[in-house]
Amino acid sequence: MMPRATAKREGLHAQRKTLARVLRHIRPYWPALVASVLLAALSVASQLYVPIVTGEGIDRMLGKGMVDFHGLARLLGLILAATGITALSQWLLSACNNRIAYLVSRDLRNAAIEKIQRLPLSYLDTHPAGDLVSRIIADVDSFSDGLLMSVTQLFSGVLTILGTLLFMLSVNVPIALVVVLVTPLSLVVAGFIAKRSYRHFREQSAVRGQQTAFINEMVEGQKVVQAFGREAETLERFDDINARLQKASLKAVFFSSLTNPATRFVNGIVYAGVGLVGALYAVAGGITVGQLSMFLSYANQYTKPFNEISGVVTELQNALACAARLFELLDAPEERPDAADAPVLHADGRVSLENVSFRYVPDRPLIEGLNLRVEPGQRIAIVGPTGCGKTTLINLLMRFYDVTGGTIRVAGRDIRSVSRASLRKSFGMVLQDTFLMSGTVRDNIAYGRPDATEEEIIDAAKAAYAHGFIRRLKNGYDTVIAEDGGTLSQGQKQLLCIARVMLCLPPMLILDEATSSIDTRTELRIQSAFARMMEGRTSFIVAHRLSTIREADRILVMRDGNIVEQGSHDALMAQDGFYAALYNSQFAK
Amino acid sequence: MKAMLRYLDGYRRETVIAPLFKMLEALFDLFVPLVMADIIDHGIAAGDTRYILLRCGLLVLLGSVGLLCSVTAQYFSAKAAVGYASSLRRALFSHIQSLSFSSLDQLGVSTLITRMTSDVNQVQNGLNLFLRLFLRSPFVVFGSLVMAFFIDGRAALIFALTIPLLSVVVFGIMRLTMPMYQRAQTGLDRVLSITRENLSGARVVRAFHKEAAETERFREANAGLARMQLRVGRLSALMNPLTYAIVNLAIVALLQTGAVNIDAGSLRQGDLIALVNYMGQVLIELVKLANLIIQVSRALASAKRIGAVLAAPAGMQFPAENRAPRPAAPGAQIAVRFSHVCLTYAGAGAESLSDISFLARRGETIGVIGGTGSGKTSLVSLIPRFYDASSGTVEVFGQPVTDYDRQTLRSRIGLVMQKTRLFSGTIRDNLRYGDAAADDAALWEALSTAQAAEFVKAKPRGLDEMVEQNGRNLSGGQRQRLAIARALVRRPDILILDDSASALDFATDAALRQAIAGLSGDMTVFIVSQRTASLMQADRILVLDDGQLVGNGTHGELLKTCAVYREIHESQFQRGGEA
Repeated sequence: MMPRATAKREGLHAQRKTLARVLRHIRPYWPALVASVLLAALSVASQLYVPIVTGEGIDRMLGKGMVDFHGLARLLGLILAATGITALSQWLLSACNNRIAYLVSRDLRNAAIEKIQRLPLSYLDTHPAGDLVSRIIADVDSFSDGLLMSVTQLFSGVLTILGTLLFMLSVNVPIALVVVLVTPLSLVVAGFIAKRSYRHFREQSAVRGQQTAFINEMVEGQKVVQAFGREAETLERFDDINARLQKASLKAVFFSSLTNPATRFVNGIVYAGVGLVGALYAVAGGITVGQLSMFLSYANQYTKPFNEISGVVTELQNALACAARLFELLDAPEERPDAADAPVLHADGRVSLENVSFRYVPDRPLIEGLNLRVEPGQRIAIVGPTGCGKTTLINLLMRFYDVTGGTIRVAGRDIRSVSRASLRKSFGMVLQDTFLMSGTVRDNIAYGRPDATEEEIIDAAKAAYAHGFIRRLKNGYDTVIAEDGGTLSQGQKQLLCIARVMLCLPPMLILDEATSSIDTRTELRIQSAFARMMEGRTSFIVAHRLSTIREADRILVMRDGNIVEQGSHDALMAQDGFYAALYNSQFAK
Repeated sequence: MKAMLRYLDGYRRETVIAPLFKMLEALFDLFVPLVMADIIDHGIAAGDTRYILLRCGLLVLLGSVGLLCSVTAQYFSAKAAVGYASSLRRALFSHIQSLSFSSLDQLGVSTLITRMTSDVNQVQNGLNLFLRLFLRSPFVVFGSLVMAFFIDGRAALIFALTIPLLSVVVFGIMRLTMPMYQRAQTGLDRVLSITRENLSGARVVRAFHKEAAETERFREANAGLARMQLRVGRLSALMNPLTYAIVNLAIVALLQTGAVNIDAGSLRQGDLIALVNYMGQVLIELVKLANLIIQVSRALASAKRIGAVLAAPAGMQFPAENRAPRPAAPGAQIAVRFSHVCLTYAGAGAESLSDISFLARRGETIGVIGGTGSGKTSLVSLIPRFYDASSGTVEVFGQPVTDYDRQTLRSRIGLVMQKTRLFSGTIRDNLRYGDAAADDAALWEALSTAQAAEFVKAKPRGLDEMVEQNGRNLSGGQRQRLAIARALVRRPDILILDDSASALDFATDAALRQAIAGLSGDMTVFIVSQRTASLMQADRILVLDDGQLVGNGTHGELLKTCAVYREIHESQFQRGGEA
């Protein structure tokens, strides 16, 4: 029991901390918040006042010839005034609440994107993009909905309950007690139904999950299903899951839809109870008919704020949980910023690695004591089996990751001492994971140099052998490509990425499996374009296709984080070591 | 849209009972204010305690009967909605299975999955709500009017004026805000897509030092979103205050005319209270109706999208099974013949295959080679009739492919696609995809031809080893070999390997080709590859370049006559500089 209580307390503590932080984000909008509270009070008070005045009005018309028109006129004026105040304050109230909710979530999202730009790549590599997106989009959305709802309803709900209670008690205690005592019954009933239907909902989502998985698999594999003529069997399996889902859904949907009728029924009982006790008191002369009408009208409305508040509590908890998930992102440690006076790097093509070691996970060494000297204009190919550290080397050169030991120097300077921007701009990078932004083909090629002229863009595309297929696209260079390339083939995407780098002409190049999805003939042509481009440029080429790298000045053969062999293709072949074995496994005749 | 109502057929009874009982409940609800009026006007006025007690008992009874009706309605409505959704899902799934590859390409996998899941759920919720409320709410609104009419004609006039006014406000605001909400949703989508790009493209953003530009792009989209949300929020925030004001104005009017009538003796206090009560109900139900319309229009949008998929033509007509052509002559020596075949994919700007003619004899091994996008996969896809040629004819064993029924044609062809796709289940289940009746001996035989027997044997549970969805727990090479074995299990007349050995090392690839060549019988084999090394032994090699057939001959012939082939070969076997 103890640990659970502690956990709960800790949970509450965390929630309170999150709440405090949410309030800090709301602070810039404090005038709206203050206004919101005041307006809520005003609107609740004037709203509750109307049934009282209506009751008094009814008491001014006792029967034939017994109507006090003069008094009634004053009361009707009061109703009109209260209505006006309520309507106006309600409208302003919503405006304030909208402002708070939407602008706070805007601020949070802006903070999130700025954070993302400052997070180290290691964080982004280890956190699935989908999860981070859902924190920034869905969580902020639920947070803002929850915030909007709680700000709107929590305060007015509490005020309504208190106000109603106060008014009722001041008129007649026993009738007020009927309302106060019976109303909670609706909460009990609603809670009971919720608990029962929760079980069915869980069952439903389990089966639904199975079905979604099945649909995913079969729709994605539809061509195989059809190629093997398995349509009938597949449909049979679908029917089985579908029938189970139908059964589970029926229960879940039916049980959960009982809440409304049940609470309405309890409400009806309250109404009848108030009618009974009220009428008996009225007969005894304890209250007037007008007051009874006030009670009836209150009784009708009394459960509403309760239901709303109980909804708000879950909603608020959910909103806080969502906010906490976003704060977790905002709190992640950032990349160490460049020193304020970090000089701009002027790359001259010299790169050296001095006793470099690196590990992604502290207790799993990957690269140990790596040394390498590259002279300007050299073409360095890096080969080796999967997981040997080729891509890691690139991560280190680009400073996507910092070395854990040793130093990397470019143009003689420790890359940690120069500004990241200048380091990265001196490398042109094409990765195996092609990535294009949503936008036109032109935008994408000009990504690194938005000021490039049309001619330069087309030249770059031609150099990358992308011009041909671009021209064949529906709108040529103006073709809008969807997020991450959409309809383009992997090879076409790689060509665009190459064109993007061709346009920038940086002093050094990094090609990480840059041509892996391009056929060897086109690749050869691109290579020659690269060769022209790489003249005088230091370049690093990672490839598993050995034909790609034969022309390098130096081939680094990596294995388990170490360079085990290096030299030219011919030298390495003559050495008849690891490289020769790799080469022969691919090209043995 | 109308076609989609078909799937409600099995639930006709439920779709009538649900709204009917909901209406009954509303009817009992409508009596409550009248009973209360009686209590006030007769019970209290006469000091009749017994009367009061009885009437309050009646109120409880009305509530109980109402509860009963409403529970009944909820049950039948849930049953109809859930059942409808199930039928709809089944219809969709079955339709998807009948779609041609071309239609599948055009609709897209993710679209189809969304239609089958979230869109169908949306429809289910919408239908459920619709069945429950579409009669109830209007019934309460007009019922209140009728009740008011019974109590007092002049008061009814106030109702008759208020109801349209309220409707105009409620539905007018809704109509104005709905497209605005949709725009806000588009704004959110845009923010989402920029976020996703910045996450998955983080390396590119940083490599090009575009952090500031990307942040600015995001901020702009985000500010636009907030602006849209605030604008629509301001408008929709008018709904509550306006309706509240209208109802209270109507109540003031009721009290004023009520006072006159009471003074004249034609109305009593209780009646007036009942009228005020009815006015309140009208408002509640109209707001419910507005919400219903929002939900239902969302469901209708989903339904429309589902309808579009259901209406997508299957795309290809296959002759019915009983009209299958006579079996090919046993001696038919030509396995596949292409005559002047062109292929333009739906929606594509240019031809993917132009004027291709060739023939493959029974038992031959045909290599297909060419650059990225040269049409290799397109060419072999025409053999099992995954697509129809836009002109020219494709014949299999002497018959145009269009004369075969789907099952007969495809059962003769074993195909391994470029992108291997296995299904969750055991290895045995996956292999039997090729032939449900195959016994273990046949499976092992196929595995050993596919060079997969060894690693399957090494699995602790052999053929019973579980394959996870899409073969995640296997290596690329293992997946490819299983896919090849799966195609071999059906002992096809034509085997097509579409670049399906790309993840195999050279030795395994060679052993595989040798094993296939050594299979008894006269299977015709198509091997698509990027490597000339894999095709050298083929009887003939087709060389494609940009959709054109530029070479057709043996390795040796092509080296002499075909420039494209030579270039490909040299790019793989010699230094570019020396070529």
